[in-house]
Amino acid sequence: MSAAGGVALGVLGGAIRISTPFLFVSLGECLTEKSGRVNLGLEGTLVMGAMGAYGISYLTGSPWLGVLAAGVLGLALGALHAFLCARPRVNDVAVGIALMLFGVGLAFFLGKPLIGPTAPHLPAVSAGWWSSSAQLRSALQINALFVLGLLTTAAVRFLLRRTRWGLVIRTVGESADASRAMGYDVARVRLFATMAGGFLAGVGGSFLSLYYPGSWNEGLSSGQGLMAVALVIFARWDPVRCLLASLLFGGASALGPALQSVGVTSGYYLFNAAPYALTLAIIIATSSRDRALHGQPAELRVAR
Amino acid sequence: MGVGVSIGASPVGEPVVAARPADEQGAREARAAAIGRAIESVAVPAAAISIALVLFGLFMLLTGRNPLAVYHEMFRGSFGTWFSFQNTLQRAAPLMLTALATALPLRLGLVVLGGEGAMAAVAVHFHAPTSIKVAMFVAGGLVGGAWVAGAGALRAYRGVNETICTLLLNYIAIALLNHLVEGPLRDPASLNKPSTLPIGDDNMLGNLPGLDVHWGLVWGLGACLVFWVLMQRTTFGFAARMAGGNVRAAMLNGLPVRRMIVLCTFLGGLAAGLAGAIEVAAIHGTANASLVTGYGYTGVLVAFIARANPAAVIPVSLLLGGIGSSGGLLQRVFDLPDATVNVLQGILFLAILFSDTLRGRSWLPRRSVA
Repeated sequence: MSAAGGVALGVLGGAIRISTPFLFVSLGECLTEKSGRVNLGLEGTLVMGAMGAYGISYLTGSPWLGVLAAGVLGLALGALHAFLCARPRVNDVAVGIALMLFGVGLAFFLGKPLIGPTAPHLPAVSAGWWSSSAQLRSALQINALFVLGLLTTAAVRFLLRRTRWGLVIRTVGESADASRAMGYDVARVRLFATMAGGFLAGVGGSFLSLYYPGSWNEGLSSGQGLMAVALVIFARWDPVRCLLASLLFGGASALGPALQSVGVTSGYYLFNAAPYALTLAIIIATSSRDRALHGQPAELRVAR
Repeated sequence: MGVGVSIGASPVGEPVVAARPADEQGAREARAAAIGRAIESVAVPAAAISIALVLFGLFMLLTGRNPLAVYHEMFRGSFGTWFSFQNTLQRAAPLMLTALATALPLRLGLVVLGGEGAMAAVAVHFHAPTSIKVAMFVAGGLVGGAWVAGAGALRAYRGVNETICTLLLNYIAIALLNHLVEGPLRDPASLNKPSTLPIGDDNMLGNLPGLDVHWGLVWGLGACLVFWVLMQRTTFGFAARMAGGNVRAAMLNGLPVRRMIVLCTFLGGLAAGLAGAIEVAAIHGTANASLVTGYGYTGVLVAFIARANPAAVIPVSLLLGGIGSSGGLLQRVFDLPDATVNVLQGILFLAILFSDTLRGRSWLPRRSVA
């Protein structure tokens, strides 16, 4: 197979493999931001989720229990964020940064004994059985969480667009005053939205430790949680566009390793910066000084 | 954005009020309110730090350590002995500078996290043998300044979210550092740990006379004082704080808010860039990946605890530098992981942010209506 084909396959495989944490974190952040609050701390939630999932999977032998534990840890961190931000005069961006540092620090602290032992992994579905090319088959290994992510995308879209709860969340995100006048408890709606967002981000973290790269160590996350937050802006607060953007970012992240595998080694670190540069380019291209972004919850505009 | 609140504390209005006898009652109230705010500005952070220490103590108890013993060792490892105090000073120096990178834009209401990236970006100019000391610092500051000012300009002229932008720039700067250190600027003699060519002993930053602390401490203290004067005692600083309090009011008054954003981010980045240059010139001697040690992120914490006041950055840097320098001792004595310090910092950060809600409560003299 030609080198270009090899790179393309690597990027395709990466799009499926690496996009999963992006997808879960961005869906979670999308849900939270729709309620009118930004949680920048999902990077910490992601790392905590990765650690918790690995620990529980190692102790119980069941990776799915690990995924659940990661979600519950995310839920708790989301509740902490919502509790702090509901106090008057507390800056939600700063709380997010603090939770990011706290979550990462706590995960490294508690995860120290987990560096080394191997925990059972999540299963994968092979969608490349029809091909005789081993490379193609490995690129089309679809992990179970990715499938779950596709279902979650549809569920979040349905929740936001077609249900009463979704309407309440969007109302709170558009105008806190109007929702208060209608008798909704703004703080409680945001609490639930932030907790649900934390749950999804935690599940995204479990993917890192239980499937790919598939072990727990301190260099596990390279800012996927942060990029996912930026990605929500790019996706215009729409779950389906979050999915497409995650696939794009997964592919960009796989570019460096794919090029290395076909022998292009110079500039390895620069290619590793590709997803960050892409994110930056996209938010620069889509931002504007004068006009608000389409689909942006109005409460976030006030906060900026 | 709790930061702009301090505008009410600015000394500008008070003499005017005191000059009129009819307003003596008002002047007394204003004085009482000013005293109340002064007490508050010390008492609230002190309470938050105490709460954080209690929470961290409980955490230590849960992991089976005696919190009092842990705090005793932490004190010994940070301020308790002359040796450890010098280590604390050494760590506080870059913190002062990276904290300024967040503190100056914070005055304008911008949350910028560029310190880490600006420190790393500095490595770009280390073309070793040709660089001389002064040129090295000037270039370091300019590169760092330009790096963060880029994010400031994007915020000002394009509305890009400055927090996410600077976080992404940090990752890009670190990747750039790794690329240059492994590739174009690599010293062929550095095998195990890729580095640039050493800058040479002549260009190293020496120690302060009689101390085991390098000159970077003086740079840090100086920068904090200069920026304190700039922000508290000049019209530029007043305008910046006004824009931080109410951007629309500042713009309606004709203040060049966009240019001020770019300038403040540039100055902040300049400070962080200097921190990077000092770390190279005083500690490492070459630029390599060990420049990225989290000073930038700890600096963000310092800036928030100091409530973006450059003078308050100095004591807070000492406190967090002390926590950092006690980390090694905690690892040895209590067999704690190196992330222990990060956990304490995280709890501290959350407690400080939560304490913002305690400000201006009714137990203190009410601020008169401005």
